[in-house]
Amino acid sequence: MSGVSVTKDAEDAVPTADLVVLSNVNKHFGALHVLQDIDLTIARGEVVVVIGPSGSGKSTLCRTINRLETIDSGAISIDGKPLPHEGKELARLRADVGMVFQSFNLFAHKTVLENVTLGQIKVRKADKKAAETKARALLDRVGVGAQADKYPAQLSGGQQQRVAIARALAMDPKVMLFDEPTSALDPEMINEVLEVMQQLARDGMTMVVVTHEMGFARSAANRVVFMADGKIVEEASPEEFFSNPRSDRAKDFLSKILHH
Amino acid sequence: MFDFLEGYDLLGAFWMTVKLTVLSGIGSLVLGTVLAGMRVSPVPLMRGFGTVYVNVVRNIPLTVIIVFSSVGLADVFGMTLGAADDFDALAFRLAILGLSAYTAAFVCEAVRSGINTVPVGQAEAARAIGLSFTQVLMTIVLPQAFRSVIAPLTNVLIALTKNTTVAAAIGVAEAALLMKEMIENEAQLFLITAVFAFGFVVLTLPTGLILGWVGKRMAVKR
Repeated sequence: MSGVSVTKDAEDAVPTADLVVLSNVNKHFGALHVLQDIDLTIARGEVVVVIGPSGSGKSTLCRTINRLETIDSGAISIDGKPLPHEGKELARLRADVGMVFQSFNLFAHKTVLENVTLGQIKVRKADKKAAETKARALLDRVGVGAQADKYPAQLSGGQQQRVAIARALAMDPKVMLFDEPTSALDPEMINEVLEVMQQLARDGMTMVVVTHEMGFARSAANRVVFMADGKIVEEASPEEFFSNPRSDRAKDFLSKILHH
Repeated sequence: MFDFLEGYDLLGAFWMTVKLTVLSGIGSLVLGTVLAGMRVSPVPLMRGFGTVYVNVVRNIPLTVIIVFSSVGLADVFGMTLGAADDFDALAFRLAILGLSAYTAAFVCEAVRSGINTVPVGQAEAARAIGLSFTQVLMTIVLPQAFRSVIAPLTNVLIALTKNTTVAAAIGVAEAALLMKEMIENEAQLFLITAVFAFGFVVLTLPTGLILGWVGKRMAVKR
């Protein structure tokens, strides 16, 4: 995956170590100011975990990066290029940004295999054989190779989410966005998904992960971003953040989730 | 008892009804789906066109539309649809045009309600892997939407089958025109109407049963 990025870099006018840059991003939902002057830079190969209380804007932040949510002001660029508006350009960019949703969103009328080959065939114009070979390899990698010919509704939540990860990986994304990937899962299925994500992180994938899984944040994150009320309150390495949070808001949040 | 049927081409008339139904059905399905696509598109002009079309066309009586396509399009504007010298063929084609244009408004609304049953996450996931609006619609949203609206579309198709009788107004030799002719010439009024009513039930009842079964088979499991 990083090999692809490096060759892309050589072609680009502005080679940069920063893959995703958000500067001064603002967004409102009606009267609610969900994102307030967000500045965030994500380096190539970095794993950034975004945590914070419900309604703090972390999911919205994640969704603005591939423009599933539009922003009111500010700028977002990916790999040195500003985020395009609607149209073909935007579609091309989205193909380079993998996204995993809380509710999996596997295409319900297509088999697991078709879910993973669709983007390769329709967007990357790969031929069917090559797409299937790659899809099967990815499904094996996330441990659901045996389910390739089933429909999403026949799989458990954990299996569906791993298929969703394979579907995103099939596009060879430069960065992967995870929007609360384990929040809709039964407790015993959370680990199987987190393990796949851990493996991805070890393989050097650039990842933005919105999650409530503090264990994952501790073990896999390069950096923890703590959000509250639409603002980034604190950014720190996981050790620093969990052992010695600076802001009162973070201390309060951690005290509520860590001490039962 | 059924002697009065002699000398009339009953099967030919109902065959014309079937041809009108099938061809208008295809025409309205295509046009209605395009209209539904327009009504959910991100382009305001397209949305506006779709909305205006549906609200204008579905509120005009079908008879007016059919007569307009004959009197207005053909007689005034000289539209011949490739059948300038053949009155019967022209009337047939104009009837299909009118029926398709009218039924498309209802197909559009049925398909649009189907689109609304597809969870928004399906379209989001499709956009997130880089599919264009048209690709999202054609490969992800519409295939799921159609499966959930087979029942309402069946209603539209049955209504269309019966609506083809309006084509008699511009002289298309379908079932209703023959019925009118027979009522004028024969004495068995009750039997004549019963025969034609039965003919339509024979056409529409299997349609409903078969499509009902198809709808159950095709339902998307979530």
